[in-house]
Amino acid sequence: MSIRTEEMILNVGPQHPSTHGVFRLVVKIDGEVIQEATPVIGYLHRGTEKLAEDLTYTQFIPYTDRLDYLNAMTNNYVWCNTVEQLMGIQVPERAEYLRVISMELNRIASHFVWWGTFLLDLGALSPFLYAFRDRETILDLFVKLCGARMTFSYMRIGGVRFDAPSGWLDEVRAVVKELRENIKEYDVLVTGNEIFQHRTRGVGVITKEQAIDWGLSGPVARASGVDFDIRRNDPYSIYDRFDFDIPVRTEGDVYAKYEVRLEEIRQSLCIIEQALDQIDKAESPIIAKVPKIIKPPAGEIYTRAEASKGELGVHLISDGTTKPYRVKLRRPSFVNIEILPELLKGENIANLIAIFGGIDVVLGEVDA
Amino acid sequence: MVDNIKRQVVFDGKELDEFDPAVAEDIKRNVALVKFDELKAWARTSSFWPLSFGLACCAIEMMATGGAHYDFDRFGVMFRASPRHADVMIVAGTVTSKMAPALRRLYDQMPEPKWVIAMGSCATCGGPYYRSYSVVNGVDKIIPVDVYVPGCPPTPMELIDAVEKLRVKIRTEAKGKRVGLE
Amino acid sequence: MSEQLLNKAEQLLTTIVEKIQSKAGADAIIDSKLNFNRPMVVIDTSVWDNELATILRNDEQLQFDFLSCVSGVDYDNHMEVVYQFYSIPLDNYLMLKVKTNRQEPSVISVKQLWNTADWHEREAFDLLGIRFEGHPNLTRILLQDEWVGHPLRKDYNIDKEELGLD
Repeated sequence: MSIRTEEMILNVGPQHPSTHGVFRLVVKIDGEVIQEATPVIGYLHRGTEKLAEDLTYTQFIPYTDRLDYLNAMTNNYVWCNTVEQLMGIQVPERAEYLRVISMELNRIASHFVWWGTFLLDLGALSPFLYAFRDRETILDLFVKLCGARMTFSYMRIGGVRFDAPSGWLDEVRAVVKELRENIKEYDVLVTGNEIFQHRTRGVGVITKEQAIDWGLSGPVARASGVDFDIRRNDPYSIYDRFDFDIPVRTEGDVYAKYEVRLEEIRQSLCIIEQALDQIDKAESPIIAKVPKIIKPPAGEIYTRAEASKGELGVHLISDGTTKPYRVKLRRPSFVNIEILPELLKGENIANLIAIFGGIDVVLGEVDA
Repeated sequence: MVDNIKRQVVFDGKELDEFDPAVAEDIKRNVALVKFDELKAWARTSSFWPLSFGLACCAIEMMATGGAHYDFDRFGVMFRASPRHADVMIVAGTVTSKMAPALRRLYDQMPEPKWVIAMGSCATCGGPYYRSYSVVNGVDKIIPVDVYVPGCPPTPMELIDAVEKLRVKIRTEAKGKRVGLE
Repeated sequence: MSEQLLNKAEQLLTTIVEKIQSKAGADAIIDSKLNFNRPMVVIDTSVWDNELATILRNDEQLQFDFLSCVSGVDYDNHMEVVYQFYSIPLDNYLMLKVKTNRQEPSVISVKQLWNTADWHEREAFDLLGIRFEGHPNLTRILLQDEWVGHPLRKDYNIDKEELGLD
């Protein structure tokens, strides 16, 4: 005797308890097996690229914050770096060190939010509190540095806005030590947990060829064996002065992505320590001599940086006036979600949230 | 609530001073009289259950308020996923024209009594995206709002202050007065 | 940038130009130069077809297997689609610009070769109105399906009261 099953269309979102934002997934399921998954995005499309054509280059900096709001420093950096390269501005040493320290601290904070919310999706309620407790220590540092907790607008074209207040660098050192200890707790709490292992090992495997073909980048690609990190392969800022490892795994499942991100947090702590040791020798101003009115020469350029989600790129076309002609933002989460329909075909519905959480998406970035 | 306890008790048809002093003392300590509306308001404001409706960056600050450092739970605020269980809707983030019908539907699905807090400048008036082609300039074009919180994003302390203002508003309205600009 | 890397970039540019010209004719290239030390080539949409794209992807001197970004741009008299390629095995870059006219902009879709292009092309169609021939599902992605017009075009009217948003 066989059981007759019918296909059902299940609508996940746009409002759902998974704290990723307004994302909708229309899933066709036959029993428990997903036949087809169609992502629907655009619920947070705010028209940033169109607004850019009406704002000056400096006025656009706060808008870059709000793309991937968990990683605002790197967004600021990519925009400022693009304009600086177009104009041929050389950023002073001290500003570069401050930029690197704040970008790496922001990367750690972003990975903390991912860790807490990913485990919240899987059903573990306590790690969320640990993650946000540790994130608050980093946000306290940022408040002292530039006054904001999340959307900093810290960088300017030619450098940064504020110098580190007195005592701030020692506080960063203390926080780095504290975080190193706290992260050991994460492994104790979660990594060896049997339920967690069953839910993430072998789930949502992405092969290396798929990763390159679909243009994936960041921890998602590195978990599948693509040994590529823009900080090492195409160094920007002063990353070539630091000595750090790039974690790469080959399994490509959700557990590999988890491991890669935790290891990235540790490597970021290493980079910050090295930067703190080197910054004392850099006694330059924090912003270069930039004209009051920023008018880059006419031209076209594409630059990219390694955000916590992947490759963040800006394609800027300038026509020689004070406002950009066209800004195209290459957002890593936008590209990383493209693989979702193919990845979910044939999966169990119960694995849907784990797979989606492992990709680490921020909807502000997907919709721009 | 202590002020609401009526000092002049009419109990069983007798004034309080007509009772035996020992009994009167007991009554004053153990019996509280309050208007039913104010009691309802006290119960409702002590346990707000917001619908988790984080749209954009403000959602992260809302989550941070629920975290251990700022702790929403000590105010009785517990985030619920389904609109049928919720009584306050904190609209945190930019409302776009694609999201607007879904937002209206969620508001309609919440049972009465319900309130709305517009968190952040995008939900208040469109925020930095005021001139964008796809952004609704303020969520009050779609649903009625009780408390507006300025900021981009507002810090968790401001959100807690907003919840406190909503409490004051509910209790004041339960007494029959309207909330003014004082 | 060091001499060695600059020479490598120049040689790469020459190789690419040769390969395109040998496939599509001597006048296929509208412009080619080093833009901020990286090769940049401009061609017309009539020249940009599946075979040329396959050469860029599979030829062992080029091997551009990673497509970073596809952007659409609206100019006065024409529109452009700009591709940013990267070769992981050979560490090479290429910026390819494909020109098309403004009245009925149309470029072939490269989704079969680089799956990344899927949503990028849909976004360019949604916001600029460029049609990508051969794309399996060319529908709006960021705006509602019923939206009229293409907002990123320079002549789009953004009067919010008309749109009903203010």
